[in-house]
Amino acid sequence: MNGTASRSLASAGAIVLGAILVWLVQNTASDYVVTLLAVLFLNAALAVSLTLTNGLAGLFSLGHPAFMTIGAYVAAILTFPAGRKESMLSDLPLWIAQTELSLLPALLLAGLAGAAAALLVGFPVLRLRGHYLAVATLGLIVIVQNLATNWDGITRGGAGLSGVPRLTGIWWAFGLLAIVVMAAWRIKFSSLGRAMMATRENELAAECTGIRTVRMRMLAFVVGAFFAALAGAMMVHLIGVVTPKSYSVLLAFNLVVMVVIGGSGSIVGAIIAASAITALSESLRPAEESLGLYGLSQVIVALSLILVLYFRPQGLFGTREPELLRRLFEGSRR
Amino acid sequence: MSQYLFQQLVNGLALGSLYALVAIGFSMIYGIVRLINFAHGDLVMIGAFATLAMVAAGVPWPLVLLFVLLIGALAGATIGTVVFKPLIGAPQVTGFIATLAVSIVIQNTALMILSGQPRNFLFPAVMRQRVDFGGVSASVTDLTIIGLTALMIAALLFIVYRTRLGTAMRATAENVMAARLMGIAVDRTIVVAFAIGSALAAVAGLLWGGKFGQIDPLLGFVPGLKAFVACVIGGVGSIGGALLGGYLLGLAEVLFVGLMPQEVSGYRDSFVFLLLIVILLVRPSGLFMRHVEERA
Repeated sequence: MNGTASRSLASAGAIVLGAILVWLVQNTASDYVVTLLAVLFLNAALAVSLTLTNGLAGLFSLGHPAFMTIGAYVAAILTFPAGRKESMLSDLPLWIAQTELSLLPALLLAGLAGAAAALLVGFPVLRLRGHYLAVATLGLIVIVQNLATNWDGITRGGAGLSGVPRLTGIWWAFGLLAIVVMAAWRIKFSSLGRAMMATRENELAAECTGIRTVRMRMLAFVVGAFFAALAGAMMVHLIGVVTPKSYSVLLAFNLVVMVVIGGSGSIVGAIIAASAITALSESLRPAEESLGLYGLSQVIVALSLILVLYFRPQGLFGTREPELLRRLFEGSRR
Repeated sequence: MSQYLFQQLVNGLALGSLYALVAIGFSMIYGIVRLINFAHGDLVMIGAFATLAMVAAGVPWPLVLLFVLLIGALAGATIGTVVFKPLIGAPQVTGFIATLAVSIVIQNTALMILSGQPRNFLFPAVMRQRVDFGGVSASVTDLTIIGLTALMIAALLFIVYRTRLGTAMRATAENVMAARLMGIAVDRTIVVAFAIGSALAAVAGLLWGGKFGQIDPLLGFVPGLKAFVACVIGGVGSIGGALLGGYLLGLAEVLFVGLMPQEVSGYRDSFVFLLLIVILLVRPSGLFMRHVEERA
């Protein structure tokens, strides 16, 4: 069997397997667990999209919360019932106020808005070395929060948008995760992914083999931002609320932790780490509340990250994928 | 109008002093270990809360200032020893992530101990009076900020350029390996740089609390980021650049709020970070640096 056919078969198998699991959970578990699982899927999708940017291309972006906020607001404004929108959001141009999109086009536009923002920030910053991107993306979080808080004719200010129709659910989250994982996998095991990794490993050598490194970085950054905005848009339609502070630096940090613990550049690692950390912080929440020690789980997460950096800086898998899965999806090719 | 402008200049100078104090430490640490210390802003928070605790305990102000310097130095030396020294030689990204983790640990530990509730922070009544200079008035707090910062900076410049310790620091920043071969105790020098930079940030915290009147455990985040912007304006890694960048940023921010129409003044933070992006676009090595072969 050749590589493409075996890959298609394996992917279809994986998706069917996942779908059966989701169906089982949906029909047996409580609403709380189902929503938690949906959030876990979205977190995993975010972590995988970040491992594309931070792991494969070796960038250090902290901008995911900014792109999520952009995506969430764009999508929420587009799907909001037209009648209520005109009275609530007075500064919206009339044609936006009167349109009411269904979920899918709204999600796509939200993703594109995130990608456009990434393009704007990436253009000056990606030519420079790593830490400028880290700080510029942190700055982007501040800018986006600042705009969302102050531009109240469009965003309703600090109170945020509430009562957003809950149009997504666990199946949408599962779908996004599947798409992000497939896209990341296809990129990673293609000449494009190898070009990104070459850019990460040695910029000069990559340039010499004809790779346009700035373009590679831009691509990784923009694709990551597109998926982040998409996830933000899904999150707001899952939870029903978005405020300027919904997605903050803390989230950026937690996503970085997921990527590093999973192994920067490892897709399976990112999924495992995202699931573990989401489950861990959720299970610590009752303890935090009963002890009154808010922030405890965050301290635990941060300290475990520092330990990982000291004792296993490559994370669970390094840049690689588990051998079994790689064989299954990629045949004997590396 | 010119009076109004002058008034704004005083305000900008006060705010710029705070940024400069934070930015210098940031720049010193960067210069020596080539790492952005995301936890640097949290030293501002530690300084502010240390002040609050000591004032509540009835410690007289001059002693408070001394102790805040010591506490900042101690905290900085600890971070430098425990977190940074083991990571020297590790990839740069590892260093970023580690300092980010330290920042999160400090912030959330503070949240656990102190709760997220903002607290009032009052300087003594004398400090809240205003002094009038022919139509231009400035609060004693602002004047103290400007004066004390100038004093701190003078002391710092003396240490860096006129003592053996400072020579060792500059040599280490230039080339760690060569410095070590010349018999400089590089490890100790790094810890000392952390201590000095952090002490300045802690004092900035004391002044920050007095100027804005309220403090909370997350207050260090924005000053930390703005200190980086200041460093970029002046050229990352140079002490003089950080100084100038800090003052310029303070002035620019105050003038933005003072001269633009009321309804855009809420966008001051957006303005600051847009400024960062614009400067990175046109002069990535800073306004005052002539040429840097590698934009570190």
